[in-house]
Amino acid sequence: MTYEILLAGFGGQGVLFAGKLLAYCALFEGKEISWLPSYGPEMRGGKCNCSVCISDEPIGSPKVLEPDLLVALNGPSFEAFLPTVKPGGKVFADSSLIDAACDRTDIDCYMVPATQMADDNNLQKGANIILLGKLLSETGLFSPETVRKALEKNTPASRAHTIDNNMRAIQLGMDYQ
Amino acid sequence: MAVVFERPKSLCDVRLHYCAGCTHGIIHRLVCEVIDEMGLEGETVGVCPVGCSVFAYNYFNCDMIEAPHGRAPAVATGVKRAKPELTVFTYQGDGDLAAIGTAETVHAATRSENIVVIFVNNGTYGMTGGQMAPTTLPGQVTTTTPYGRDPKTAGYPVRVCEMLATLTGTSYAVRTAVDTVPHIRETKKAIRKAFEMQKAGKGFSIVEILSTCPSNWGLTPKESIKRLQEECIPYYPLGVYKDIDQEGGERK
Amino acid sequence: MEKVLMKGNEALAEAAIRAGCKCFFGYPITPQTELSEYLSKQMPKRGGVFLQAESEVAAINMVLGAAATGTRVMTSSSSPGVSLKSEGISYIAGSDVPALIINVQRGGPGLGGIQPSQADYWQATKGLGHGDFHLIILAPNSVQEVVNLVSKAFELGETYRTPVMLLSDGLLGQMMEPVAFPDIQANEADKSGWAADGTKMARPHHIVNSLYIEANDLEEIVRRRYERYAKIEETETMAECYLTDDAEIVVTAFGATSRIVKSAVNKARAEGIKVGMFRPITLWPFPKKELNTACANAKAVLSVEMSMGQMIDDVKLALNCKLPVSFYGRTGGVIPTPNEVLDEIRKLNGGAQ
Repeated sequence: MTYEILLAGFGGQGVLFAGKLLAYCALFEGKEISWLPSYGPEMRGGKCNCSVCISDEPIGSPKVLEPDLLVALNGPSFEAFLPTVKPGGKVFADSSLIDAACDRTDIDCYMVPATQMADDNNLQKGANIILLGKLLSETGLFSPETVRKALEKNTPASRAHTIDNNMRAIQLGMDYQ
Repeated sequence: MAVVFERPKSLCDVRLHYCAGCTHGIIHRLVCEVIDEMGLEGETVGVCPVGCSVFAYNYFNCDMIEAPHGRAPAVATGVKRAKPELTVFTYQGDGDLAAIGTAETVHAATRSENIVVIFVNNGTYGMTGGQMAPTTLPGQVTTTTPYGRDPKTAGYPVRVCEMLATLTGTSYAVRTAVDTVPHIRETKKAIRKAFEMQKAGKGFSIVEILSTCPSNWGLTPKESIKRLQEECIPYYPLGVYKDIDQEGGERK
Repeated sequence: MEKVLMKGNEALAEAAIRAGCKCFFGYPITPQTELSEYLSKQMPKRGGVFLQAESEVAAINMVLGAAATGTRVMTSSSSPGVSLKSEGISYIAGSDVPALIINVQRGGPGLGGIQPSQADYWQATKGLGHGDFHLIILAPNSVQEVVNLVSKAFELGETYRTPVMLLSDGLLGQMMEPVAFPDIQANEADKSGWAADGTKMARPHHIVNSLYIEANDLEEIVRRRYERYAKIEETETMAECYLTDDAEIVVTAFGATSRIVKSAVNKARAEGIKVGMFRPITLWPFPKKELNTACANAKAVLSVEMSMGQMIDDVKLALNCKLPVSFYGRTGGVIPTPNEVLDEIRKLNGGAQ
């Protein structure tokens, strides 16, 4: 089983962090993994994306060009990467920030008002994690317990209080229909 | 019979390649006397430059490293950081230290790198045959300023001690000369103080020594000393430009 | 062994500390940044030296100074910074002291770009400074191999008293993969015969030097160095062969590009094309014998690189014109895709697109 996942948005939306959580979840399950960010000036406020490959086999090219799963956090990313998703793939997009609709019928597209949900639930900047929750519920890739472990691994002690909030965001995403 | 004068032990028993009347020999000797008197030979690493003193590694009996042109303070930094217990000095000329190696000099000082820099200033590139150096005086004829150094096109000389004294990191900056016996004695005192400061962990020291180059100045050794006194010392006044000991050890 | 997720740059830094690296001197440049940042955090806590130099030039000369004392030392940079270091690297080679230099390559020439590139192949293998000399060049293709090669690099450098370069790139440096740190202590060579670390009044003084004013002396020194190079060429080549046994087409690639090529080879195999991949791990010495063995059944060779074609020269030389060698590459920071490489393989297989 191989998943090629692309997460994309603006710098500051937590694109890389969401990718990192997926990578750590896979690490806990003994998978082969690669996590490749865009870097440089792009990261500092511009376009930002992150390729995550999860597989039982050694990973060849770490750059995801035709994702099985796309997480799109803004309009430009949605428009740019929607056509690249493999037939049968899944897309998770923040409909609070994306006006366009999915024009493909060979993929499953889940439009989640993630930014609105984050604001309503006092989870500022939690849209990335809400979309991740939706991805987990639709793919069954990892359990919430594994995600908690990944969060614990990637949250410095000084920000430990954010773990519960992030888990709340995961649950919101998983419950969203 | 009592021996009253002998070759310092840390000075190798070889013939130096320097021209007749060149003051490098005196300065080598002073450095070695200080190393001997402080008992430092076995724990000292010297770094020599590119320039007339490039072969200094054959003359100092301590371990020696030959640095690329201008990079001696960086090489010395590497030595000192890797082995802080060693005593480390560089021996550099004016082209090496104040032209191609200005950045390395300035930044070793800003870091207050705990090393000694022996800076021999004779206002010319000796090894390559007498071209204009950063310290060549205005009007001075060299092979690349055949009509005399014109500041309008060739800029002004660098006063290194004055410049380094403005840096917080510099601990000791002094200019001396080797034209007379009293000046030679003062030079030795300055070198000794610089090594003592390193042993006490006090940071970056530079001893600038005004020197002669009879061959490239086109003068006899005696005339060279006269020129040093009449032209060079007035432009590069001797004295202590910075001494953190005199400032109560406080850096400003 | 426990695996952790780390970026190539950070894993390299951690591996260097574990391999006994005591000093790091560097200057900030993208995309090697995480490497020096990691060391700035860890070195002071673990008994090492981290120093940010005023320039690339100063950094490599600090490396020369520390190396001359027999201390295990490294520096890292990216392409434009490595150009600046080339003077110091030549002196390090000419002084016969070991040091590890990292190049996390980006696009060039000039300021170029900051995206991954392999366009410093020529610089690394042919022209990293003036004079007759080589560096040993190691080119890993995964974060784990980066880690494994760091201690090897220190050992090789000390065994042969030569600078060693680990040639990474922006992709390998920025990518996170699971990595384990094998519990191996890199062997430290005896440096007491040459290190300038104080005579202790117990031996003649050591001179670390690259100046030999007599032409005959310099020739003699260079010849002796080349005898060591001959031994390195004979014993230290490393390469990976992937599905080359029956391969009629052999694709050559190194570093990150080999990951893309491997994906392309797998796709081509699924189409029934007899294709394999040859990956040199040592770029100097280039694994000539290994390449010829890998190409035993080949009819065509394709060199894929993130450049306009540099390693292809060594591939052709190694094969001595026995086989046609073609090229596919992207440059400027553009990463070739597996499908682009697959198309090239199909063309060679007679099925043009």
